[in-house]
Amino acid sequence: MAYGILTEIFFYLFIILIVFGALVAVSSQILMKAVMGLAMAMFGTAGLYLYLNSPFLALMQILIYVGAVCIMIVFGIMVGYTPKQLAAYAIGPKNTILALVTSLLTLGVLQLGLSRTQWVQAQGAGGGDYSLAALGEVLMTRYGLAFELISVVLMIAMIGAVAITWNGKRRGLK
Amino acid sequence: MPPELLRMIIAAVLVVAFVFLNAMILGYMERKVSAHIQRRPGLMEVGPHGVLQLLIDGFKLIGKQLVVPEASNKFLFRLAPILSFAPCVLPFVVIPFAQKLQIASMDISLIFILAMTSINVIAILVAGWASNNKYSLFGTFRSVAQAVSYEIPLLLSILSIILITNTFSLQGIIAAQKYYWFILIQPLAFIIYFISGLAETNRAPFDMPEAESELTAGFHTEYSGMGFSFFFLAEYANMFTVCSIATVLFLGGWKGIPLPLGDYTGIFWFMLKVYGLLFVMIWIRWTFPRVRFDQLMTFCWKYLIPFSLANLLITAVLVKLI
Repeated sequence: MAYGILTEIFFYLFIILIVFGALVAVSSQILMKAVMGLAMAMFGTAGLYLYLNSPFLALMQILIYVGAVCIMIVFGIMVGYTPKQLAAYAIGPKNTILALVTSLLTLGVLQLGLSRTQWVQAQGAGGGDYSLAALGEVLMTRYGLAFELISVVLMIAMIGAVAITWNGKRRGLK
Repeated sequence: MPPELLRMIIAAVLVVAFVFLNAMILGYMERKVSAHIQRRPGLMEVGPHGVLQLLIDGFKLIGKQLVVPEASNKFLFRLAPILSFAPCVLPFVVIPFAQKLQIASMDISLIFILAMTSINVIAILVAGWASNNKYSLFGTFRSVAQAVSYEIPLLLSILSIILITNTFSLQGIIAAQKYYWFILIQPLAFIIYFISGLAETNRAPFDMPEAESELTAGFHTEYSGMGFSFFFLAEYANMFTVCSIATVLFLGGWKGIPLPLGDYTGIFWFMLKVYGLLFVMIWIRWTFPRVRFDQLMTFCWKYLIPFSLANLLITAVLVKLI
């Protein structure tokens, strides 16, 4: 197993990529830089999927989140801001409390899910069929609704991009 | 060092070298073909028939100063060329140049290529916006509207091939063309793919994003030296990718008449087909005038998309029946 150490290194590289990207995304006042951070975090997530041996999910992550969602947000920023304009932000006490509650709640729910799940090894578990053909078959029949709902993501991204730039613009004018 | 890792490093070096070589060959080809179409000799000075001109141009571009405009967003301005170049190199990893010449074989090579090419749009957006120049911004707007619209007929025409072959693997698609090329049973898909490919790579008659006569140079107006070269390399690498996918999907990939070249027969036929298609791209650029932007959009939404949808539907029905 000469690859053991190498894969470990890549795993931590992807983690660093995600954390660094996420930090840039929330801390940069130039919105375009923030989107680049978001794209970086998405690439890191795609890398984690590769680490988990599912290249299809990794490519879908890049295709949908980097190729479509980020482009939509960038397009929104492009019409609203000039390259040196900083995004105006006002974090009041009310926002801080709301943000804290939301993030703690999300953390709690995720932690609950993580601790309650019985984890099985993906490779060779239960002798199931994990090929792309089988995945397609299941997505079209058993998980048809979930598959259709995924397409809502793009619409939400579009509305979100408009909302972010609109809001920032109005505050900036004040 | 494990042999697999060594193989990957050698492959990476070869791919980057090939991207540069390809840009040189195409640059020379473009200038020579355009010259002969316009009845002038073209490059003649450096080397026999000017073959070394592009090498000299490359050295000149490396030596030039990279001017960063004062009003631009400097970090993003420097980031954009790299962002444009890096994903354009990656598709070469999965392109099957010959039966045994493919760096990494994936079940989903085709999706890999599509995912990588979709990143290029972000680079154009960032480049145009960070330059803080009105020509760049206009070029960017046009480029994105064009890339997003023409991606639909492109994907639909690929999808009708996928319906026939039932695989995303490029070697699998070539293997499915055992008796005939798919251009014979999917001529409409080939035409739609090729036109959309021209638009996706911003080639004339769809070169609205860099229409020289109205926008100076579109999204890369402010770039000089290697910044410009990276966009230039990315454009030619993209052209090669588009043509090699067309070769794999419609023209039988590396298959051809057996020649006494041993293992090199496959790569000979593959390169011949790809550079043949690239020649057609250059030929189209120098013989057709640029379209207007509204004509561009009309052509995509009113003609290409309905035709590709109809083609997909008919293919689906026929595949189900046969």
